[in-house]
Amino acid sequence: MTTETLAAYSLLAVYSAAAVYVLAFIASVVDLSRRSSDALATQPAASASAASSGSGTTVLAPPAPPSAAPPRSSRVARIAFALTVLGFAVHVLGLVLRGIAASRTPWANMFEFAVTGTAVIVGVYLAVNIFRNVRFLGAYITGLVALLLMLATMNVYVDVVPLPPALQSGWLVIHVFVATLGTGFFALGAGLSIAQLLQARREAGATGMRFLRGFPASDALENLAYRVNVIGFAFWTFTLIAGAIWAEHAWGRYWGWDTKEVWTFIIWVVYAGYIHARATRGWRGNPSAWLAIVGFSAVLFNFTVVNLFFKGLHAYSGLE
Amino acid sequence: MASAPRSEKAAKRAARSSDPLRPSDHIDSAPEPPEPADGIAQPRLGAAGYLRFFWRQLTSMRTALVLLLLLALAAVPGSLVPQRSSDPNGVLQYERDNPDAFKVLDGLGIFSTFSSPWFSAIYLLLFISLVGCILPRTKHHLDALRARPPKTPARLARLVGYTEQTARTDAETAVAEARAVLRGAGYRVERYADSISAERGYLRETGNLIFHTALVGVLVAVGVGSGFGYSGQRVIIQDTAFTNSLASYDSFNPGRFFSDDALEPFSVRLDDFEGSYQLDPKSGAYQPIDFTAHLSTREPGGDWTDADLKVNSPLELGGTKMYLLSNGFAPVVTVRDPDGAVAFSGPVAFIPQDNNLRSLGVIKVPDGLDEQLGLLGFFYPDPMELADGTYTSVSPYPGDSSLLTLTVYTGDLGLDAGVSVNAYSLDVDELTQIAGPKADAPALELTQGQTAELPDGLGTIEFDGYQRFVGVEFHHDPTEGWVLVFALLILGGLLVSLFVPRRRMWVKATDDGTGTVRLEYAGLARGEDPGLAAAVAEVARKHAARLAPPNVG
Repeated sequence: MTTETLAAYSLLAVYSAAAVYVLAFIASVVDLSRRSSDALATQPAASASAASSGSGTTVLAPPAPPSAAPPRSSRVARIAFALTVLGFAVHVLGLVLRGIAASRTPWANMFEFAVTGTAVIVGVYLAVNIFRNVRFLGAYITGLVALLLMLATMNVYVDVVPLPPALQSGWLVIHVFVATLGTGFFALGAGLSIAQLLQARREAGATGMRFLRGFPASDALENLAYRVNVIGFAFWTFTLIAGAIWAEHAWGRYWGWDTKEVWTFIIWVVYAGYIHARATRGWRGNPSAWLAIVGFSAVLFNFTVVNLFFKGLHAYSGLE
Repeated sequence: MASAPRSEKAAKRAARSSDPLRPSDHIDSAPEPPEPADGIAQPRLGAAGYLRFFWRQLTSMRTALVLLLLLALAAVPGSLVPQRSSDPNGVLQYERDNPDAFKVLDGLGIFSTFSSPWFSAIYLLLFISLVGCILPRTKHHLDALRARPPKTPARLARLVGYTEQTARTDAETAVAEARAVLRGAGYRVERYADSISAERGYLRETGNLIFHTALVGVLVAVGVGSGFGYSGQRVIIQDTAFTNSLASYDSFNPGRFFSDDALEPFSVRLDDFEGSYQLDPKSGAYQPIDFTAHLSTREPGGDWTDADLKVNSPLELGGTKMYLLSNGFAPVVTVRDPDGAVAFSGPVAFIPQDNNLRSLGVIKVPDGLDEQLGLLGFFYPDPMELADGTYTSVSPYPGDSSLLTLTVYTGDLGLDAGVSVNAYSLDVDELTQIAGPKADAPALELTQGQTAELPDGLGTIEFDGYQRFVGVEFHHDPTEGWVLVFALLILGGLLVSLFVPRRRMWVKATDDGTGTVRLEYAGLARGEDPGLAAAVAEVARKHAARLAPPNVG
């Protein structure tokens, strides 16, 4: 098969993945709305506070069901999850085809970064689900990824081109992959922090948002968000260091306050602030959740606006 | 906190001495005692009191956090406008486009955000706060490393993961086995009566301290490196040699403490340059695939040796690194006066304007002719005439048809004023065009080997051929290795401090005198530790398995 055919199949796969994610998104939303109407089927959210304080025989927690595990997930929730897995498989196929078409790692321009990054976001979501049930974020993840994929295919699509000399380095694979991995964890962490803020409002007595009934309690969401974000932070730290080593090889200096470097630094500092906030009295809870959301917004800003509109050495969008 | 069960509080108090030291507003430290009710008549703070007060404020978590957020915020303008350090031409462009805004922003130091007083103030305060935090913590941690695990709390039932079970054995055996289980799991253990107190994860605090100390290390190493290092750019034309000395550079950025001795007198010669490209059939544009500069290098006292320089793979010469930044063509021209005497001869580097290496360059002939001569030239490696009579280059590959076009000016080139003038630009405002679109004579068009008459009988110009050139950067950073070491320590320290749990665990055995022992297990988290309850359960399980071998149970 020629490069063009492979690239066309790859694009088809990406479109299909986006379509499947949209279906998964719809199923997730239906599931959420059922949760809100299905008032008695699921237990109140306070359930997880017992688990987070961790004592087996405790009477510390307010009267709450002892089990943190939600009841058997609904049929539509299982469909949503299955669709997400299917979308991910097609998505990865599209990525692999793109790589074969270009005969290189498929992350050399903005379109390829976007396809890789979204695949990693879904991959992280699915992987975290092995350890913790975070399926209540299905609508957030599939919605976000479907949106990003559509924007990427419509606005930043470029044909397969060879790797420019500046990108011909093993560091491309390491640096970019770890950066997207960090992004994947930050995306999930931001979703958890958003859920935490909403849940905290509900726990404070706000009405509405009945779909949150099936969600864990806000402090459990916060603990989970922290763990996810901290993993993202570790990856981001590595991204910074790997990027500096590569910059030293390619540009003759390890740090030069290039726009992309500035934003990578800003994101790192914001998440460092988040980690400190969680350990500071008066900042734990909602304020630190806001910092996590600000951090992920900066990640998105760095990937979109900085790539497309800011001048700098990291001008690899592939668009003229 | 007030409702916290008593035994947990007592355990915390007993345990505090070996806890990591934290600023007073850290979530793990004890709350401040409330202000006395008659706090209106506050005692006067002496100078030392004020100092202590500010020091406490500066080293608090809240201050560190605010400074971190300020640092992030302060870095934003540095990405919005071009910076002198990374994009000096962009700054000039900005000044031309928005002269008014430029004045205001420049007054604020926005064009050198990262060396501006306000940015420096934030990170210096942050690092002072950091040092003020890590010094006492390090001392405390060193003491804690030698301390014994704290006494077993009287009541374990209120602690995390509390588990109870019985075993048919005696307390002595149970305690000995508990000791073995906990030691096997990496705990430091201490026996208090019929109980074992255990603690693990000291590495968490060690990692945390390494992380923060290495941050200071990076800052210091970067500071020293930029003080004693230098970087410089130079265009090297084929068959000419560069010798590392201050006068050889086109531009040079020394560190604050740089002295000429730091320049090792090595030499570099460009022998040949190869660029390979791939044609994109859809757009018709050539994409670069590879650039290789074939060089000869000579270190002081050595012989010339061959070396290749590529993008992404710098060349190391002594303690200096050499990077390939740019490349292009340098047309060789000879200008003669009407009598045939040479007024100018040599290659001139032309700057590429697009991927097909359509290149723009300036030739200045200040002496040897009746008037000073300035030529603005375009070089087209693979020329094609466009409908409007101008040219473009359709590939980056040169050949017999490679074309040099020249617009000719006369007048004062401004070279005698003693002010340094950019060799790559020609200020035509004060000059008279004598050949070109605005003059009677058309622009000169030459292929290799051709000679043209200059207008007004000034003389002749010959296009002898072309050579390649490379733009290279030399970079000397004496502390680069240290920065890398500290960066890796940052990463290692971070991973350890985030993912090694610091926890305490207690196992208590109570002999009920009937041949069975009541065993209690509980843990206490020091910092984030979501897996504590599971860890207690695991210890209980292992302990039970050792106490009740299958044949007994």
